[in-house]
Amino acid sequence: MINSRFFNRSELVGFISLALLLIVILPLALDVFRLNLVAKYLTYAFVAIGLVMCWGYGGILSLGQGVFFGLGGYCMAMFLKLEASIVENTKMQSTPGIPDFMDWNQLTALPFLWKPFHSFPFTLLAIVLVPGIFAFIIGAAMFKRRVGGVYFAIITQAIAAIMTILIVGQQGYTGGINGITDLRTLYGWDIRTDHAKLILYFVEVAFLFASIIAAQFIRLTKLGRILVAMREQEDRVRFSGYSVANFKIFSFCAAAIFAAIGGALFTLEVGFMSPSFVGIVPSIEMVIYTAVGGRTSIIGAIFGTILVNFAKTSLSETFPQLWLFGLGALFIAVVLAFPNGLAGIWADHVQPRIDRLFASRGSKTWSDGSVADGAPAE
Amino acid sequence: MLIGHQPKDFLLAVSGLTVSFDGFKAVNDLSFYVEESEIRVIIGPNGAGKTTVLDLICGKTRATAGSIQFRGKELTRMKENEIVKTGVGRKFQTPSIFEDLTVFENLEISFPRGRSVFGSLTFRRDATVKRRVEEVAEMIFLKDRLNVYADELSHGQKQWLEIGMLLIQDPDLLMLDEPVAGMSVSERSKTAELLNRIIKNRSVLVIEHDMKFVEDIAHKVTVLHQGQILSEGTMERVKNDPKVIEVYLGH
Repeated sequence: MINSRFFNRSELVGFISLALLLIVILPLALDVFRLNLVAKYLTYAFVAIGLVMCWGYGGILSLGQGVFFGLGGYCMAMFLKLEASIVENTKMQSTPGIPDFMDWNQLTALPFLWKPFHSFPFTLLAIVLVPGIFAFIIGAAMFKRRVGGVYFAIITQAIAAIMTILIVGQQGYTGGINGITDLRTLYGWDIRTDHAKLILYFVEVAFLFASIIAAQFIRLTKLGRILVAMREQEDRVRFSGYSVANFKIFSFCAAAIFAAIGGALFTLEVGFMSPSFVGIVPSIEMVIYTAVGGRTSIIGAIFGTILVNFAKTSLSETFPQLWLFGLGALFIAVVLAFPNGLAGIWADHVQPRIDRLFASRGSKTWSDGSVADGAPAE
Repeated sequence: MLIGHQPKDFLLAVSGLTVSFDGFKAVNDLSFYVEESEIRVIIGPNGAGKTTVLDLICGKTRATAGSIQFRGKELTRMKENEIVKTGVGRKFQTPSIFEDLTVFENLEISFPRGRSVFGSLTFRRDATVKRRVEEVAEMIFLKDRLNVYADELSHGQKQWLEIGMLLIQDPDLLMLDEPVAGMSVSERSKTAELLNRIIKNRSVLVIEHDMKFVEDIAHKVTVLHQGQILSEGTMERVKNDPKVIEVYLGH
């Protein structure tokens, strides 16, 4: 399936080292608590894949990916919450059988919108379709009118803000500022145990690799090349007979769906969903992860997401006040000094050295160390 | 306009075309007709509205009034990509090519197949595509540079690549905005040769300042001045028109 044509050499190195890291090294090296943290980071990697497609290739900067992450996450949370709110568990409430926060907010019946989320197949469809359709509406409204660039970024940011306000305001329907918490089981299978967390981690990694391959597939079609072409010379694409707006809508929807899959997995891994993952700040953080990793490299963006989140956890444990400044400085540094992020550093500085090493040593066997040292650093 | 009023063999019929930007009429009640297989050159001083005319035909700018009929279809109400599909190709003044893609990929994107979102997802680089890309690459003198990234090409080669991207679309009307600007003398004569070769079975509308080049290629010349036609006819006639000499050639 994966041959040298599907990935070029440095992508293959990145892909294999990512697989080694996620499938072998981290599960062996970390305890379940830390591994669950990695699982949480990886949910953002889905958003990063989407941003590489729509921002890196298509040149459409969205500062509202948290909206789609949240929509996916909330769809999953609604299903899990309904399962956790069966009558036996909620006998104490004035209306048994509805989620606890609805009861606190004097709701006496399950709202119409919540009802279909009793069904798991519907939930799975909704995770993909709700953000997809929402992105389609935004995309169609903006791109058909030729709104782009900074204006589009600002509008997506406004949408993120509106979404947060809406969720917080409609407490009875959404759980408000606390979000949807106390999620317990998936089809009777307790998702809070260590064993479940380990399994969910591997399920997530499988989804991540499926997403990488899907994104890479799109990239290698003519559509992928049109996205790059559009980023550079929008008019030339238009006057080559393409409807630029449709291609932008497609890449924006695809990015939204990737983000939503990440959000749904986040709910499963972490056990709750709240508006703090929807708003402006998380949306911008997601863009920073992508920028640090390299916005034109799928694998690079994933490494970037993992690294920045590791840094965030360890630094904010020690210097909680400094972290946001650190993140801001990192973003400025990346934009000014390394516009292609870690993947760019790899391609410009590390890869040529490895190549020279190969060339100078000729037939001599090279030490494993040189690749193993360099590879995870991407 | 009455049907049957115009002879049928006009490929492009522009009539009463007007566009005003905040009251300023960049093109004012302009009418002209281009025949099949004709090379028409538009000349005129700066600000005469030459580029605006091309913008109007290809849909980049919307007309305030008037009509543009191409093979009997009204272009003023169509979207840019639909206009391309009816057979109008446009080259911009500065080379607009995709620098992050190879010459092959640049030409392939312009190949008229799989232009919808799902069409481009399922597009296959088959033998027809490869053959056509190679054919066009040979015409535009870039046959041995197919796998080179377009940003490595010289200015002249970039211009040829953009012309090639139009050729692969096989348009019935090719519009070129200053195709030889910034080219060296040898590149210029090669471009003239290229244009003379590609005009078979199609019409070409060219904006150009280089009079030597215009004389080489033009069948008919239209002189624009302040958004209106000052003179029209063969190069010989236009050159000797006292009005043209006064506002343009006399400089």
